[in-house]
Amino acid sequence: MSILGTRVVRTEDPRLLTKGGTYIDDMRLPGMARVTFVRSPVAHAMITGIDTSAALAAPGVVAALTAADLTDLGPPPPDDGSGGEANEAAPLPLGGPWTEPLLAVDRVRYVGEPVAMVITDDRYQGEDAAELVSVDYETLPAVVGYDAALAGSTLLFPAAGTNVAISGGAPADDSAFEGCEVVVERTFENQRLAPVPMEGRAAAATWEDGKLTAWVSTQNAQISRLILSGVLGLDPGAIRVVAPDVGGGFGAKVALDRDAILVVWAAKHIGHALSWTETRSENLLGMTQGRAQRQTVKIGGNRDGRIQAYRLDIVQDTGAYARMSGFLPFLTRLMASGPYDIPNASAASTTVVTNATPIAAYRGAGRPEATAAIERAVDLFAAEIGKDPADVRRMNLVPDGKFPFQSPCGPVYDSGAYTGALDQVLAGAGYRELRAEQARRRERGDVVQLGLGMSSYVEITAADAEGGETAQLIVHDNGTATVYTGSSAHGQGHHTAWAMLVEAELGIEMAKVTVIHGDTDLIPVGTGTYGSRSLQLGGVAVHKAAVEVKEQARLLAADLLEASESDLELDTGSGTWQVRGDPASSKTWAEVASHAGDSGLTASVHHTAQPTFPFGSHLAVVEVDTETGKARLIRHVTVDDAGTVLNPVLCEGQRHGGIAQGVAQALYEEVAYDADGNPLTSTLVDYAAITAAELPSFELLTSETPAANPLGAKGIGEAGTIGSTPATQNAVIDAVSHLGVRHIDMPATPERVWAAINAARGTL
Amino acid sequence: MIPVTFTYQRASSVDEALDLASRGEETKFLAGGHSLLPLMKLRLAVPETLIDIGRLRELSYIRDDGSHLAVGALTSYHDVATSDLLARKLPLLAHAASQVGDPQVRHCGTIGGSLAHGDSAADLPAVVLALDATLVVRGPSGSREIAAGDFFRGLFETALEDGELITEIRIPKPAAPGWSFQKFTKRAIDWAIVGVAVQGGNVALVNMGQTPLRATAVEQALASGAAPGDAAAHAADGLTPSSDFSASRGYREHLARVLVGRALTESLTRN
Amino acid sequence: MKVTVTVNGSQVEAEVPDRTLLVHFLREQAGLTATNVGCDTSSCGACTVLLDGQSVKSCTLLAAQADGRAVQTMEGLANGDGPDAMHPVQRAFRAEHGLQCGFCTPGMVMAAVSLLAENSSPTEDEVRSALEGNLCRCTGYHNIVRAVLAAASETQSAKAGAAAAERQA
Repeated sequence: MSILGTRVVRTEDPRLLTKGGTYIDDMRLPGMARVTFVRSPVAHAMITGIDTSAALAAPGVVAALTAADLTDLGPPPPDDGSGGEANEAAPLPLGGPWTEPLLAVDRVRYVGEPVAMVITDDRYQGEDAAELVSVDYETLPAVVGYDAALAGSTLLFPAAGTNVAISGGAPADDSAFEGCEVVVERTFENQRLAPVPMEGRAAAATWEDGKLTAWVSTQNAQISRLILSGVLGLDPGAIRVVAPDVGGGFGAKVALDRDAILVVWAAKHIGHALSWTETRSENLLGMTQGRAQRQTVKIGGNRDGRIQAYRLDIVQDTGAYARMSGFLPFLTRLMASGPYDIPNASAASTTVVTNATPIAAYRGAGRPEATAAIERAVDLFAAEIGKDPADVRRMNLVPDGKFPFQSPCGPVYDSGAYTGALDQVLAGAGYRELRAEQARRRERGDVVQLGLGMSSYVEITAADAEGGETAQLIVHDNGTATVYTGSSAHGQGHHTAWAMLVEAELGIEMAKVTVIHGDTDLIPVGTGTYGSRSLQLGGVAVHKAAVEVKEQARLLAADLLEASESDLELDTGSGTWQVRGDPASSKTWAEVASHAGDSGLTASVHHTAQPTFPFGSHLAVVEVDTETGKARLIRHVTVDDAGTVLNPVLCEGQRHGGIAQGVAQALYEEVAYDADGNPLTSTLVDYAAITAAELPSFELLTSETPAANPLGAKGIGEAGTIGSTPATQNAVIDAVSHLGVRHIDMPATPERVWAAINAARGTL
Repeated sequence: MIPVTFTYQRASSVDEALDLASRGEETKFLAGGHSLLPLMKLRLAVPETLIDIGRLRELSYIRDDGSHLAVGALTSYHDVATSDLLARKLPLLAHAASQVGDPQVRHCGTIGGSLAHGDSAADLPAVVLALDATLVVRGPSGSREIAAGDFFRGLFETALEDGELITEIRIPKPAAPGWSFQKFTKRAIDWAIVGVAVQGGNVALVNMGQTPLRATAVEQALASGAAPGDAAAHAADGLTPSSDFSASRGYREHLARVLVGRALTESLTRN
Repeated sequence: MKVTVTVNGSQVEAEVPDRTLLVHFLREQAGLTATNVGCDTSSCGACTVLLDGQSVKSCTLLAAQADGRAVQTMEGLANGDGPDAMHPVQRAFRAEHGLQCGFCTPGMVMAAVSLLAENSSPTEDEVRSALEGNLCRCTGYHNIVRAVLAAASETQSAKAGAAAAERQA
């Protein structure tokens, strides 16, 4: 019986549970000094002077650096003639007038932007010295919010002539809505979120004998090396990037950002080993944030429930610098029509800069926004025509027979069983009984009302599958094996999963398989982990490498056993090669590998593929105290179908974590700024990161619709988040819909719910 | 993240603590440190000298002194929350202490430290106000007693003079057994957006002003025979709660009315 | 000032600035880096250790406050090397997949140890409430709660077993 599909506990855990992981801040490099950044306390200002003299005189200060010291970078990238307009499908930052500096030069554009660095013997001295750096700011009006950005009376990048960084999508077509019996239009917000990985950003570096070694808390060591090579003007061969244990990423640790680049540069610039770990306050100001879209939906259809047309217009706030400015709303537009068969669906987006923390990927990266918008729209439509939102969904979901399905928004969905997922989650939750309980409470006029919210979703994983992932597998002379993987786990358990794949294919037990990732000296080519790509790309690469090794081994074993290859069998149960029908003939992996000679027994694979489309349905049950407005999630039931499950333990863990972050968006978390661009949520006291006390245990149902790759796998990492946010938001609104409420923006805080109830009562 | 440099001194007796305080400039007493150290780490508080009184075990006790209960100022939230004596004789205080922060905070923080800090958003100041407690204070010029109603002067401002510390909280045994503590938060870990402490006919409010406050309009209504629901309607009378990121003023006023009503109703079930 | 703390049974003595936080004393002077710093407002619990047997947030204590006292970190839980030496809470976290990136884990494990010392048979609600000061971003808490309940159950069975054995003897 294959180990694949069975529950296997993680090989990563004994170390993590006894000694603890080794994160950047745990590393002790000989002669290491600490980096502390000086950051802008204002949202928008000209820098008129920086004086580091007091800092330089402070105890333990090795150096104090500003933009003026950045004289030894590599040459700037050649002007590609695009005038600063990027291909929005590629997540590259905009150049030209939009270029983001490393240290601020003459202007700061968000609270937390790095302005200077002090380097000290220890971190305590660093915090003291940073306070002594004196920066003169001439404040400028802060551009806060979508309207101020669009109005453009203050420009963040005067040379660009606008605050609109990039736009895209299809023009609106009002004719699509003609003939719709019912049209509902609404504008709402998908609010700005902070990823809050428990380990913030961190980097360390040494520069010795012409070689730069950088340890970065990253999801992508190889991409980080490429970036450093370009920025520092060094050959990639002179740079080694290592990802040590990484304490969570969620998309916000893709590659490395300016702060980490500066740490690596500074190590070379002053010739000193350096280490940097940001504080949580810095993290809530300086790590990229997620979401931040204002969405206008227009949904039209007939009273029988059939949706005829859907339009999504997005204003994307990309924060102070246009990093992934076009890419995230591009993904939103791509997935705008969701799992529905809508004859006419289109979307467009406009991305603006504002004086706020830059936006980049955060669990789901553009797809939660798409699902949240259409799931709200479907519920609004259902409310308008007085139908059960489950029935409206069922009527419009892409039926099973239509796969592969060409979405009106562009992608071709590979496989799905959308109606089955919806029905499964409703049955699993006991939907009818829940509606009956809701009716009873409404009848009685209970203070605490019940709300049921659902979502159906499809999402795109491994969107960059054409770039693929690498794996090298070596079977050693002693019968153990090593996997070098291009993927880069930061909690996902790849070491366990890839070892399972080797055991399944070759019969080398997991305990004898070592998995290595995240070191560019050992794995020069690879992409890393984001976008829920790793199992379907990195795992398949490992599987393919194992298959290749098996075929090489067959030849070697045949030679050893003096038999013909076609008579050779691998008994994966015992991990031995045998001649069919002759159990006495038997060669171990050690014997076979030793026979391979100098080249060894090894295979390298670069596996490329196409994106896949996992799907599911969620049902959230909330209780709302109608006197205080406080909503509480009491049950969350999900179907998340990402194809064949390799290890249910790991798969469930990803679903749990995703669900929690999605619920957090619906009910608790938001990054907020005041009118001057000052952050209101720069500590974990104010940024309401969700805790165990706000969540129930989740109810996960099983559904496996295989993908068309050898492992049948799609990506599960972000699906839970994509499904849970709209289900939870819809549930809160459903709880008070009998009071006339049609919509509540996220997060559905108690005050927002209370205000919605009041407003609805005013109109009844 | 790191406090500004300061000098640490440890007192082995109350007398020594007072003596050390009298000699220093910008000194603060350190009890559990769970109100003070967070402020120092953000560099919002910058004392030059910290006098650690956390080892003064003689100030950690809970006693039945006949007409009143005596709680030593250095009794931890945890010890207050798990005290059998308080569970029987003063459940409002025990229960409120169990709602402060999280278990780690409750193991370290002290009742005296909380009261001396004087945060109107904290739970225990309103509770001792509702309980008509008296704070026993010692300073360079000797010992004095301050009624809870006179103790809280403003946000983070108390009647404590320089060099004084609270030694004991004296709480008269309540005449009426009914009590309730309603703490309204978004997340369980959060500070109260609004809180209500009720003991008999005494009603005190958390985070409805610069100090913990007695809801005097409610108390008067109750005293003149109003039903709980009607009395609760007066919860915000004459008060000016703040509008901040957590809640608007109007919402706080609404919450106060709802929570006072619930507290009074619950309190009645315990009569 | 000179601070002496018994950490996981061994005395650690060092001359440190007065303002040294206990968490940094543990990570630097004691050389035990499992305990992590996750925030600066005592909100996240990643720094949780036991001080004289009770869970505390070591980022909100001065090393000086632990002078002469005993601290236990996650590194001090297991009774030697190997899976059988692990503490029931450590075993349960592994069995139930109660960790992913591992950063919050040392603090979470120590908070759980302290909870079970004070309440040996918590309900699910009590576990969730007891962990409200320990943030995790990866797991959604579902398996952490299962791990704590499993550890409680294992400890209760072990005690019942030991008591039964004693009665028979």
